[in-house]
Amino acid sequence: MIDTLRTVQTPEGIDLHLPVAGLVPRSLAWLIDALIRLLIYSGLATVLLVFGDTGAGLFLLAAFVVEWFYPVLFEVLRDGQTPGKRSYGIKVLHDDGTPIGWSASLIRNLLRVVDFLPIMYGFGIASIMLNRDFKRLGDLAAGSIVVYRDTPLPVPKLSVSRSSRPPFPLNLDEQQAIMAFAERSPGLTRERAEELAQLTGPLVTNNPRAIETLYSYAKWLSGDQQAEPARQSTPADTRDSGEAA
Amino acid sequence: MKQEQFIAAHETQWQRLEAWLERRSPKRQSVSDKASPAEFAALYRQTCQHLALARTRLYSPHLINRLNRLVLESHQIMYGERRNLFKAMARYVLVDFPVRVRQKWRLVLLGALLFYVPFVGMITAIQLNPDMVYTVMDGATLRKLEYMYNPENRETVGRDWDRQADADLMMFGYYVKNNTGIGFRTFASGLIFGLGTVFVVLFNGLYIGAAAGHLTQIGYNETFWGFVAGHSALELNAIVLSAAAGLQLGFALIAPGRRTRLRALREEAREALKLMYGAAGMFILAAMVEAFWSPLSWVPINVKYGAGLAMWGFVLMYFLLGGRRRAAG
Repeated sequence: MIDTLRTVQTPEGIDLHLPVAGLVPRSLAWLIDALIRLLIYSGLATVLLVFGDTGAGLFLLAAFVVEWFYPVLFEVLRDGQTPGKRSYGIKVLHDDGTPIGWSASLIRNLLRVVDFLPIMYGFGIASIMLNRDFKRLGDLAAGSIVVYRDTPLPVPKLSVSRSSRPPFPLNLDEQQAIMAFAERSPGLTRERAEELAQLTGPLVTNNPRAIETLYSYAKWLSGDQQAEPARQSTPADTRDSGEAA
Repeated sequence: MKQEQFIAAHETQWQRLEAWLERRSPKRQSVSDKASPAEFAALYRQTCQHLALARTRLYSPHLINRLNRLVLESHQIMYGERRNLFKAMARYVLVDFPVRVRQKWRLVLLGALLFYVPFVGMITAIQLNPDMVYTVMDGATLRKLEYMYNPENRETVGRDWDRQADADLMMFGYYVKNNTGIGFRTFASGLIFGLGTVFVVLFNGLYIGAAAGHLTQIGYNETFWGFVAGHSALELNAIVLSAAAGLQLGFALIAPGRRTRLRALREEAREALKLMYGAAGMFILAAMVEAFWSPLSWVPINVKYGAGLAMWGFVLMYFLLGGRRRAAG
Protein backbone atom coordinates (compact mmCIF):
# COMPACT_ATOMS: atom_id res chain seq x y z
CA MET A 1 0.00 0.00 0.00
CA ILE A 2 1.46 3.33 -0.99
CA ASP A 3 0.62 5.50 1.96
CA THR A 4 1.90 6.25 5.43
CA LEU A 5 -0.50 4.24 7.54
CA ARG A 6 1.28 2.53 10.36
CA THR A 7 -0.48 -0.43 11.93
CA VAL A 8 -0.39 -1.23 15.63
CA GLN A 9 -2.24 -4.00 17.36
CA THR A 10 -4.24 -3.42 20.51
CA PRO A 11 -4.71 -5.99 23.27
CA GLU A 12 -8.19 -6.53 21.86
CA GLY A 13 -6.62 -7.94 18.71
CA ILE A 14 -7.65 -4.96 16.64
CA ASP A 15 -5.30 -3.25 14.22
CA LEU A 16 -5.26 0.49 14.62
CA HIS A 17 -4.20 2.48 11.60
CA LEU A 18 -2.13 5.53 12.45
CA PRO A 19 -1.42 7.99 9.65
CA VAL A 20 2.19 9.07 10.27
CA ALA A 21 3.05 12.73 9.75
CA GLY A 22 6.10 13.64 7.68
CA LEU A 23 8.76 16.29 7.59
CA VAL A 24 6.79 19.22 6.20
CA PRO A 25 3.88 19.51 8.63
CA ARG A 26 6.26 18.81 11.50
CA SER A 27 8.69 21.51 10.43
CA LEU A 28 5.87 24.02 10.01
CA ALA A 29 4.46 23.09 13.40
CA TRP A 30 7.92 23.55 14.89
CA LEU A 31 8.14 26.98 13.26
CA ILE A 32 4.84 28.05 14.79
CA ASP A 33 5.98 26.80 18.19
CA ALA A 34 9.24 28.69 17.77
CA LEU A 35 7.32 31.89 17.08
CA ILE A 36 5.08 31.30 20.09
CA ARG A 37 8.14 30.77 22.27
CA LEU A 38 9.63 33.97 20.95
CA LEU A 39 6.43 35.78 21.88
CA ILE A 40 6.51 34.26 25.36
CA TYR A 41 10.13 35.32 25.83
CA SER A 42 9.50 38.88 24.72
CA GLY A 43 6.29 39.10 26.74
CA LEU A 44 8.07 37.87 29.86
CA ALA A 45 11.00 40.17 29.21
CA THR A 46 8.87 43.29 28.90
CA VAL A 47 6.94 42.49 32.07
CA LEU A 48 9.69 41.09 34.29
CA LEU A 49 12.74 43.12 33.37
CA VAL A 50 11.02 46.20 34.82
CA PHE A 51 11.65 44.69 38.24
CA GLY A 52 15.42 44.84 38.10
CA ASP A 53 17.51 41.90 39.22
CA THR A 54 14.58 40.11 40.85
CA GLY A 55 12.70 40.27 37.56
CA ALA A 56 15.78 39.13 35.69
CA GLY A 57 16.04 36.12 37.97
CA LEU A 58 12.40 35.21 37.40
CA PHE A 59 12.87 35.74 33.68
CA LEU A 60 15.83 33.36 33.59
CA LEU A 61 13.85 30.73 35.49
CA ALA A 62 10.90 31.10 33.14
CA ALA A 63 13.21 30.98 30.13
CA PHE A 64 14.68 27.75 31.46
CA VAL A 65 11.23 26.21 31.75
CA VAL A 66 10.16 27.38 28.30
CA GLU A 67 13.41 26.26 26.70
CA TRP A 68 13.28 22.68 27.96
CA PHE A 69 9.70 21.95 28.97
CA TYR A 70 7.44 23.88 26.62
CA PRO A 71 6.89 20.89 24.33
CA VAL A 72 6.80 18.40 27.21
CA LEU A 73 4.09 20.20 29.13
CA PHE A 74 1.92 20.66 26.06
CA GLU A 75 2.42 17.13 24.81
CA VAL A 76 1.57 15.47 28.08
CA LEU A 77 -1.16 17.77 29.31
CA ARG A 78 -2.77 18.76 26.00
CA ASP A 79 -3.25 15.40 24.38
CA GLY A 80 0.02 15.14 22.48
CA GLN A 81 -0.26 18.54 20.84
CA THR A 82 1.79 21.68 21.15
CA PRO A 83 -0.01 24.72 19.71
CA GLY A 84 2.00 24.35 16.51
CA LYS A 85 1.09 20.68 16.18
CA ARG A 86 -2.54 21.50 16.88
CA SER A 87 -2.63 24.01 14.06
CA TYR A 88 -1.35 21.40 11.63
CA GLY A 89 -3.62 18.66 12.95
CA ILE A 90 -0.80 16.41 14.16
CA LYS A 91 -0.07 14.91 17.55
CA VAL A 92 2.51 12.76 19.35
CA LEU A 93 1.69 9.26 20.56
CA HIS A 94 3.65 6.35 21.92
CA ASP A 95 4.29 4.13 18.95
CA ASP A 96 1.83 1.57 20.30
CA GLY A 97 -0.88 4.16 19.86
CA THR A 98 -1.31 5.10 23.50
CA PRO A 99 -1.13 8.75 24.56
CA ILE A 100 2.35 10.10 25.22
CA GLY A 101 3.49 10.06 28.85
CA TRP A 102 6.01 12.04 30.86
CA SER A 103 9.06 9.87 30.32
CA ALA A 104 8.69 9.44 26.56
CA SER A 105 7.94 13.12 26.08
CA LEU A 106 10.94 14.11 28.20
CA ILE A 107 13.24 11.78 26.29
CA ARG A 108 12.13 12.96 22.87
CA ASN A 109 12.43 16.59 23.85
CA LEU A 110 15.73 16.38 25.75
CA LEU A 111 17.29 14.47 22.87
CA ARG A 112 16.14 17.27 20.56
CA VAL A 113 19.61 18.68 21.34
CA VAL A 114 21.15 15.90 19.25
CA ASP A 115 18.52 16.10 16.52
CA PHE A 116 19.45 19.75 16.21
CA LEU A 117 23.09 18.92 15.41
CA PRO A 118 25.14 19.74 13.37
CA ILE A 119 23.00 22.72 12.38
CA MET A 120 19.27 23.33 11.95
CA TYR A 121 18.07 19.84 12.80
CA GLY A 122 20.48 18.15 10.39
CA PHE A 123 20.47 14.79 12.20
CA GLY A 124 16.76 14.98 12.92
CA ILE A 125 15.87 15.63 9.29
CA ALA A 126 18.17 12.88 8.06
CA SER A 127 16.59 10.50 10.53
CA ILE A 128 13.05 11.46 9.51
CA MET A 129 13.86 10.90 5.86
CA LEU A 130 15.52 7.53 6.45
CA ASN A 131 12.91 6.12 8.77
CA ARG A 132 9.68 4.67 7.47
CA ASP A 133 7.76 6.06 10.42
CA PHE A 134 9.31 9.52 10.03
CA LYS A 135 10.98 9.38 13.43
CA ARG A 136 13.70 11.74 14.44
CA LEU A 137 16.38 10.43 16.81
CA GLY A 138 14.43 11.56 19.86
CA ASP A 139 11.40 9.64 18.64
CA LEU A 140 13.52 6.52 18.11
CA ALA A 141 14.80 6.62 21.67
CA ALA A 142 11.48 7.58 23.23
CA GLY A 143 9.36 5.15 21.22
CA SER A 144 7.11 7.96 20.09
CA ILE A 145 5.49 8.71 16.78
CA VAL A 146 3.90 11.80 15.24
CA VAL A 147 0.59 11.14 13.52
CA TYR A 148 -2.21 13.06 11.92
CA ARG A 149 -5.12 13.57 14.19
CA ASP A 150 -8.10 12.05 12.43
CA THR A 151 -10.97 14.38 12.04
CA PRO A 152 -14.37 12.89 11.33
CA LEU A 153 -15.24 13.06 7.65
CA PRO A 154 -18.67 14.35 6.72
CA VAL A 155 -20.97 11.47 5.85
CA PRO A 156 -21.09 11.20 2.08
CA LYS A 157 -24.50 11.47 0.57
CA LEU A 158 -24.98 9.47 -2.57
CA SER A 159 -26.76 11.80 -4.89
CA VAL A 160 -28.60 9.05 -6.74
CA SER A 161 -31.75 7.51 -5.45
CA ARG A 162 -31.59 4.64 -7.90
CA SER A 163 -29.82 1.47 -6.95
CA SER A 164 -28.91 -1.03 -9.59
CA ARG A 165 -27.17 -4.32 -9.63
CA PRO A 166 -23.83 -4.59 -11.38
CA PRO A 167 -24.05 -6.53 -14.64
CA PHE A 168 -21.71 -9.25 -13.40
CA PRO A 169 -20.40 -10.38 -9.96
CA LEU A 170 -17.56 -8.28 -8.57
CA ASN A 171 -14.88 -9.46 -6.22
CA LEU A 172 -14.44 -7.74 -2.86
CA ASP A 173 -11.62 -5.42 -3.89
CA GLU A 174 -13.70 -4.18 -6.78
CA GLN A 175 -16.73 -3.66 -4.58
CA GLN A 176 -14.72 -1.64 -2.17
CA ALA A 177 -13.16 0.44 -4.92
CA ILE A 178 -16.59 1.34 -6.26
CA MET A 179 -17.87 2.30 -2.83
CA ALA A 180 -14.80 4.39 -2.16
CA PHE A 181 -15.34 6.10 -5.48
CA ALA A 182 -18.94 6.94 -4.60
CA GLU A 183 -17.92 8.29 -1.23
CA ARG A 184 -14.98 10.36 -2.34
CA SER A 185 -15.70 11.54 -5.86
CA PRO A 186 -17.93 14.49 -4.79
CA GLY A 187 -14.67 16.11 -3.73
CA LEU A 188 -13.18 15.77 -7.23
CA THR A 189 -13.78 17.79 -10.33
CA ARG A 190 -16.35 16.40 -12.73
CA GLU A 191 -13.64 15.69 -15.31
CA ARG A 192 -11.42 13.77 -12.92
CA ALA A 193 -14.35 11.75 -11.62
CA GLU A 194 -15.31 10.92 -15.17
CA GLU A 195 -11.76 9.86 -15.94
CA LEU A 196 -11.65 7.61 -12.87
CA ALA A 197 -15.05 6.15 -13.69
CA GLN A 198 -13.84 5.18 -17.15
CA LEU A 199 -11.07 3.12 -15.56
CA THR A 200 -13.62 0.54 -14.47
CA GLY A 201 -13.71 -0.62 -18.10
CA PRO A 202 -16.41 -3.18 -18.82
CA LEU A 203 -18.71 -1.82 -16.09
CA VAL A 204 -19.24 1.43 -17.96
CA THR A 205 -18.43 0.65 -21.59
CA ASN A 206 -20.14 3.13 -23.90
CA ASN A 207 -22.02 4.56 -20.97
CA PRO A 208 -22.40 8.36 -21.15
CA ARG A 209 -23.47 8.53 -17.52
CA ALA A 210 -20.60 6.49 -16.12
CA ILE A 211 -20.40 8.33 -12.79
CA GLU A 212 -24.10 7.97 -12.00
CA THR A 213 -24.01 4.33 -12.99
CA LEU A 214 -21.17 3.65 -10.58
CA TYR A 215 -23.04 5.52 -7.85
CA SER A 216 -26.06 3.32 -8.35
CA TYR A 217 -23.89 0.19 -8.15
CA ALA A 218 -22.34 1.57 -4.98
CA LYS A 219 -25.75 2.07 -3.50
CA TRP A 220 -26.71 -1.47 -4.41
CA LEU A 221 -23.46 -2.81 -2.95
CA SER A 222 -23.91 -0.98 0.31
CA GLY A 223 -27.08 -2.95 0.93
CA ASP A 224 -29.92 -1.04 -0.69
CA GLN A 225 -30.97 -3.82 -2.99
CA GLN A 226 -34.67 -3.27 -3.51
CA ALA A 227 -36.06 -6.76 -3.71
CA GLU A 228 -33.01 -8.16 -5.45
CA PRO A 229 -31.92 -11.31 -3.64
CA ALA A 230 -28.60 -10.90 -1.86
CA ARG A 231 -26.14 -13.11 -3.64
CA GLN A 232 -22.91 -11.26 -3.42
CA SER A 233 -20.96 -11.57 -0.26
CA THR A 234 -21.71 -14.69 1.68
CA PRO A 235 -19.62 -15.16 4.82
CA ALA A 236 -17.54 -17.72 2.94
CA ASP A 237 -16.46 -15.09 0.41
CA THR A 238 -15.38 -12.67 3.01
CA ARG A 239 -13.38 -15.13 4.99
CA ASP A 240 -11.42 -16.38 2.03
CA SER A 241 -10.41 -13.08 0.62
CA GLY A 242 -9.08 -11.65 3.84
CA GLU A 243 -8.09 -8.06 4.18
CA ALA A 244 -7.84 -5.92 1.10
CA ALA A 245 -4.61 -4.20 0.32
CA MET B 1 -24.70 -8.91 6.42
CA LYS B 2 -24.81 -5.87 4.21
CA GLN B 3 -23.26 -2.65 5.33
CA GLU B 4 -26.49 -0.76 5.84
CA GLN B 5 -27.97 -3.52 7.96
CA PHE B 6 -24.76 -3.58 9.94
CA ILE B 7 -24.92 0.15 10.54
CA ALA B 8 -28.57 -0.03 11.47
CA ALA B 9 -27.87 -2.77 13.99
CA HIS B 10 -24.99 -0.99 15.76
CA GLU B 11 -25.41 2.70 15.16
CA THR B 12 -26.85 3.37 18.62
CA GLN B 13 -23.84 1.75 20.33
CA TRP B 14 -21.40 3.85 18.32
CA GLN B 15 -23.33 6.97 19.11
CA ARG B 16 -23.23 6.16 22.82
CA LEU B 17 -19.50 5.62 22.64
CA GLU B 18 -19.09 8.87 20.73
CA ALA B 19 -21.16 10.67 23.34
CA TRP B 20 -19.01 9.15 26.09
CA LEU B 21 -15.81 10.28 24.41
CA GLU B 22 -17.31 13.70 23.78
CA ARG B 23 -18.22 14.18 27.42
CA ARG B 24 -14.82 13.06 28.57
CA SER B 25 -12.29 14.60 26.27
CA PRO B 26 -12.45 18.41 26.49
CA LYS B 27 -11.55 18.96 30.10
CA ARG B 28 -10.69 15.45 31.16
CA GLN B 29 -13.13 15.65 34.01
CA SER B 30 -14.12 12.48 35.68
CA VAL B 31 -17.53 11.51 34.45
CA SER B 32 -20.25 12.04 36.98
CA ASP B 33 -22.30 9.07 35.89
CA LYS B 34 -20.93 6.17 37.91
CA ALA B 35 -22.09 3.36 35.64
CA SER B 36 -20.22 4.90 32.72
CA PRO B 37 -16.73 3.39 32.99
CA ALA B 38 -18.10 -0.15 32.92
CA GLU B 39 -20.35 0.73 30.05
CA PHE B 40 -17.41 2.34 28.31
CA ALA B 41 -15.35 -0.83 28.54
CA ALA B 42 -18.16 -2.87 27.07
CA LEU B 43 -18.83 -0.39 24.29
CA TYR B 44 -15.15 -0.24 23.50
CA ARG B 45 -14.79 -3.99 23.14
CA GLN B 46 -17.93 -4.24 21.02
CA THR B 47 -16.68 -1.49 18.75
CA CYS B 48 -13.36 -3.30 18.42
CA GLN B 49 -15.23 -6.31 17.22
CA HIS B 50 -17.28 -4.20 14.82
CA LEU B 51 -14.12 -2.72 13.40
CA ALA B 52 -12.64 -6.15 12.83
CA LEU B 53 -15.84 -7.30 11.14
CA ALA B 54 -16.09 -4.17 9.03
CA ARG B 55 -12.52 -4.67 7.84
CA THR B 56 -12.84 -8.32 6.91
CA ARG B 57 -16.18 -7.73 5.24
CA LEU B 58 -14.68 -4.82 3.32
CA TYR B 59 -17.35 -2.37 4.22
CA SER B 60 -16.94 1.10 2.86
CA PRO B 61 -13.79 3.00 3.82
CA HIS B 62 -15.89 5.73 5.37
CA LEU B 63 -17.40 3.37 7.90
CA ILE B 64 -14.05 1.73 8.61
CA ASN B 65 -12.47 5.13 9.20
CA ARG B 66 -15.15 6.12 11.60
CA LEU B 67 -14.80 2.91 13.59
CA ASN B 68 -11.00 3.17 13.51
CA ARG B 69 -11.22 6.64 14.96
CA LEU B 70 -13.64 5.53 17.67
CA VAL B 71 -11.42 2.62 18.64
CA LEU B 72 -8.28 4.76 18.57
CA GLU B 73 -9.72 7.40 20.88
CA SER B 74 -11.15 4.83 23.26
CA HIS B 75 -7.89 2.91 23.24
CA GLN B 76 -6.07 6.03 24.37
CA ILE B 77 -8.39 6.48 27.30
CA MET B 78 -8.30 2.80 28.17
CA TYR B 79 -4.50 2.52 28.21
CA GLY B 80 -3.41 6.06 29.09
CA GLU B 81 -0.95 6.56 31.94
CA ARG B 82 -2.37 7.84 35.19
CA ARG B 83 -0.27 8.11 38.30
CA ASN B 84 -0.11 10.03 41.52
CA LEU B 85 2.72 12.38 40.68
CA PHE B 86 3.51 13.54 44.20
CA LYS B 87 3.59 10.07 45.65
CA ALA B 88 5.85 8.96 42.84
CA MET B 89 8.16 11.93 43.42
CA ALA B 90 8.44 11.26 47.15
CA ARG B 91 9.26 7.63 46.53
CA TYR B 92 11.79 8.62 43.92
CA VAL B 93 13.68 10.94 46.27
CA LEU B 94 13.58 8.59 49.24
CA VAL B 95 14.20 5.28 47.52
CA ASP B 96 14.43 4.97 43.77
CA PHE B 97 17.07 7.59 43.02
CA PRO B 98 19.83 6.44 45.42
CA VAL B 99 19.02 2.80 44.64
CA ARG B 100 19.40 3.44 40.94
CA VAL B 101 22.68 5.29 41.42
CA ARG B 102 24.06 2.26 43.27
CA GLN B 103 22.63 -0.11 40.68
CA LYS B 104 24.41 1.81 37.91
CA TRP B 105 27.63 2.19 39.91
CA ARG B 106 29.83 1.20 37.00
CA LEU B 107 28.51 4.02 34.84
CA VAL B 108 28.61 6.44 37.76
CA LEU B 109 32.20 5.46 38.49
CA LEU B 110 33.15 5.93 34.85
CA GLY B 111 31.45 9.33 34.80
CA ALA B 112 33.22 10.29 38.02
CA LEU B 113 36.62 9.28 36.62
CA LEU B 114 35.95 11.20 33.40
CA PHE B 115 35.22 14.28 35.45
CA TYR B 116 37.41 14.17 38.54
CA VAL B 117 40.62 12.90 36.92
CA PRO B 118 41.02 15.87 34.56
CA PHE B 119 39.70 18.15 37.32
CA VAL B 120 42.32 17.13 39.87
CA GLY B 121 44.95 16.72 37.16
CA MET B 122 44.46 20.27 35.96
CA ILE B 123 44.61 21.72 39.47
CA THR B 124 47.87 19.86 40.11
CA ALA B 125 49.35 20.78 36.75
CA ILE B 126 48.73 24.47 37.34
CA GLN B 127 50.46 24.36 40.73
CA LEU B 128 53.52 22.95 38.98
CA ASN B 129 53.32 25.12 35.89
CA PRO B 130 50.99 28.15 36.17
CA ASP B 131 50.91 28.67 32.40
CA MET B 132 48.93 25.46 31.98
CA VAL B 133 45.79 27.49 32.63
CA TYR B 134 46.08 29.01 29.14
CA THR B 135 45.50 25.62 27.55
CA VAL B 136 41.76 25.98 28.21
CA MET B 137 41.18 29.67 29.03
CA ASP B 138 42.09 32.90 27.33
CA GLY B 139 43.37 36.05 29.03
CA ALA B 140 40.07 37.92 29.09
CA THR B 141 38.21 35.08 30.77
CA LEU B 142 41.02 34.78 33.26
CA ARG B 143 40.90 38.46 34.17
CA LYS B 144 37.14 38.25 34.72
CA LEU B 145 37.69 35.20 36.91
CA GLU B 146 40.34 36.95 38.97
CA TYR B 147 38.07 39.94 39.41
CA MET B 148 35.23 37.73 40.63
CA TYR B 149 37.27 36.12 43.38
CA ASN B 150 39.60 38.98 44.28
CA PRO B 151 39.61 39.24 48.10
CA GLU B 152 39.40 43.03 47.76
CA ASN B 153 35.90 42.67 46.31
CA ARG B 154 34.64 40.58 49.21
CA GLU B 155 31.12 41.97 48.99
CA THR B 156 30.53 40.68 45.48
CA VAL B 157 32.55 37.52 45.43
CA GLY B 158 31.57 35.06 42.73
CA ARG B 159 30.16 37.82 40.51
CA ASP B 160 31.75 39.86 37.83
CA TRP B 161 30.03 43.14 38.63
CA ASP B 162 29.39 45.39 41.62
CA ARG B 163 25.85 44.76 42.73
CA GLN B 164 24.53 42.90 45.68
CA ALA B 165 20.93 43.73 46.58
CA ASP B 166 18.54 41.68 44.43
CA ALA B 167 21.23 39.86 42.59
CA ASP B 168 20.78 36.62 44.54
CA LEU B 169 17.53 35.72 42.83
CA MET B 170 18.93 36.70 39.49
CA MET B 171 21.95 34.48 40.02
CA PHE B 172 19.62 31.66 41.04
CA GLY B 173 17.80 31.97 37.72
CA TYR B 174 21.10 32.11 35.91
CA TYR B 175 22.54 29.04 37.63
CA VAL B 176 19.39 27.00 37.07
CA LYS B 177 19.21 27.85 33.38
CA ASN B 178 22.90 27.50 32.72
CA ASN B 179 23.96 24.54 34.85
CA THR B 180 20.86 22.39 34.42
CA GLY B 181 21.06 23.10 30.71
CA ILE B 182 24.63 21.81 30.68
CA GLY B 183 23.44 18.70 32.51
CA PHE B 184 20.69 18.07 29.96
CA ARG B 185 23.14 18.51 27.09
CA THR B 186 25.63 16.18 28.74
CA PHE B 187 22.90 13.54 28.89
CA ALA B 188 21.48 14.11 25.40
CA SER B 189 24.80 14.12 23.60
CA GLY B 190 25.32 10.54 24.83
CA LEU B 191 23.15 9.62 21.86
CA ILE B 192 26.23 10.11 19.66
CA PHE B 193 27.61 6.76 20.83
CA GLY B 194 28.55 8.36 24.15
CA LEU B 195 31.14 10.58 22.51
CA GLY B 196 29.27 13.82 23.14
CA THR B 197 28.99 13.03 26.83
CA VAL B 198 32.65 12.10 27.13
CA PHE B 199 33.67 15.34 25.45
CA VAL B 200 31.40 17.58 27.55
CA VAL B 201 32.44 15.96 30.83
CA LEU B 202 36.15 15.93 30.10
CA PHE B 203 36.01 19.54 29.02
CA ASN B 204 34.08 20.61 32.09
CA GLY B 205 36.51 18.76 34.31
CA LEU B 206 39.49 20.52 32.68
CA TYR B 207 37.81 23.92 32.67
CA ILE B 208 36.60 23.90 36.26
CA GLY B 209 39.94 22.42 37.29
CA ALA B 210 41.76 25.23 35.50
CA ALA B 211 39.69 27.88 37.27
CA ALA B 212 40.21 26.26 40.66
CA GLY B 213 43.90 25.62 40.03
CA HIS B 214 44.59 29.14 38.86
CA LEU B 215 42.79 30.85 41.75
CA THR B 216 44.58 28.58 44.22
CA GLN B 217 47.91 29.25 42.61
CA ILE B 218 47.52 33.04 42.86
CA GLY B 219 46.38 32.67 46.47
CA TYR B 220 42.67 33.54 46.32
CA ASN B 221 41.97 30.49 48.45
CA GLU B 222 39.48 31.85 50.94
CA THR B 223 37.26 33.61 48.47
CA PHE B 224 37.22 30.83 45.90
CA TRP B 225 37.09 27.68 47.99
CA GLY B 226 34.86 29.41 50.53
CA PHE B 227 32.44 30.34 47.76
CA VAL B 228 32.28 26.94 46.07
CA ALA B 229 32.45 24.74 49.19
CA GLY B 230 28.70 24.79 49.88
CA HIS B 231 27.32 23.83 46.49
CA SER B 232 30.22 21.81 45.12
CA ALA B 233 28.99 18.44 46.37
CA LEU B 234 25.63 18.85 44.66
CA GLU B 235 26.78 20.51 41.49
CA LEU B 236 29.85 18.44 40.63
CA ASN B 237 28.09 15.17 41.38
CA ALA B 238 25.08 16.25 39.36
CA ILE B 239 27.47 16.61 36.40
CA VAL B 240 28.80 13.13 37.12
CA LEU B 241 25.30 11.65 37.20
CA SER B 242 24.31 13.43 33.97
CA ALA B 243 27.41 11.89 32.46
CA ALA B 244 26.44 8.45 33.75
CA ALA B 245 23.00 8.85 32.15
CA GLY B 246 24.54 9.98 28.87
CA LEU B 247 26.99 7.07 28.93
CA GLN B 248 24.08 4.72 29.45
CA LEU B 249 22.60 5.95 26.15
CA GLY B 250 25.98 5.55 24.50
CA PHE B 251 26.51 2.00 25.74
CA ALA B 252 23.03 1.03 24.55
CA LEU B 253 24.28 1.77 21.04
CA ILE B 254 27.84 0.47 21.44
CA ALA B 255 27.03 -2.76 23.27
CA PRO B 256 23.31 -3.50 22.98
CA GLY B 257 23.79 -7.14 24.02
CA ARG B 258 21.16 -9.52 22.73
CA ARG B 259 18.86 -6.74 21.60
CA THR B 260 18.63 -4.68 18.46
CA ARG B 261 20.30 -1.30 18.88
CA LEU B 262 16.95 0.43 18.55
CA ARG B 263 15.37 -1.67 21.24
CA ALA B 264 18.35 -1.28 23.54
CA LEU B 265 18.32 2.48 23.04
CA ARG B 266 14.64 2.69 23.83
CA GLU B 267 14.92 0.66 27.02
CA GLU B 268 18.09 2.32 28.24
CA ALA B 269 16.81 5.84 27.49
CA ARG B 270 13.89 5.20 29.80
CA GLU B 271 16.24 3.91 32.49
CA ALA B 272 18.74 6.72 32.01
CA LEU B 273 15.99 9.28 32.40
CA LYS B 274 15.48 8.01 35.94
CA LEU B 275 19.02 9.17 36.72
CA MET B 276 18.43 12.48 34.98
CA TYR B 277 15.41 13.41 37.11
CA GLY B 278 17.63 13.26 40.16
CA ALA B 279 20.54 15.01 38.49
CA ALA B 280 18.24 17.88 37.46
CA GLY B 281 16.95 18.12 41.03
CA MET B 282 20.53 18.29 42.31
CA PHE B 283 21.40 21.06 39.84
CA ILE B 284 18.46 23.10 41.10
CA LEU B 285 19.35 22.53 44.75
CA ALA B 286 22.95 23.44 43.97
CA ALA B 287 21.75 26.63 42.28
CA MET B 288 19.83 27.56 45.43
CA VAL B 289 22.88 27.06 47.63
CA GLU B 290 25.13 28.84 45.18
CA ALA B 291 22.83 31.84 44.87
CA PHE B 292 21.69 32.29 48.47
CA TRP B 293 24.35 30.74 50.70
CA SER B 294 27.68 30.78 48.91
CA PRO B 295 27.94 34.59 48.42
CA LEU B 296 27.21 35.47 52.07
CA SER B 297 30.36 37.39 52.96
CA TRP B 298 29.71 37.70 56.72
CA VAL B 299 29.81 33.93 57.30
CA PRO B 300 33.21 32.93 58.76
CA ILE B 301 35.30 30.92 56.35
CA ASN B 302 35.50 27.93 58.65
CA VAL B 303 31.72 27.70 58.83
CA LYS B 304 31.62 27.67 55.04
CA TYR B 305 34.22 24.91 54.84
CA GLY B 306 32.33 23.01 57.53
CA ALA B 307 29.03 23.35 55.68
CA GLY B 308 30.71 22.22 52.48
CA LEU B 309 32.17 19.14 54.14
CA ALA B 310 28.82 18.35 55.75
CA MET B 311 27.19 18.61 52.34
CA TRP B 312 29.72 16.21 50.81
CA GLY B 313 29.12 13.83 53.70
CA PHE B 314 25.38 14.08 53.27
CA VAL B 315 25.48 13.53 49.50
CA LEU B 316 27.79 10.53 49.81
CA MET B 317 25.73 8.98 52.62
CA TYR B 318 22.56 9.56 50.63
CA PHE B 319 23.89 7.66 47.65
CA LEU B 320 25.50 4.92 49.72
CA LEU B 321 22.71 4.28 52.17
CA GLY B 322 19.56 5.99 50.85
CA GLY B 323 16.54 3.75 50.41
CA ARG B 324 18.29 0.52 51.41
CA ARG B 325 15.66 -0.56 53.89
CA ARG B 326 12.67 0.50 51.81
CA ALA B 327 14.04 -1.08 48.65
CA ALA B 328 14.64 -4.39 50.40
CA GLY B 329 11.21 -4.38 52.03
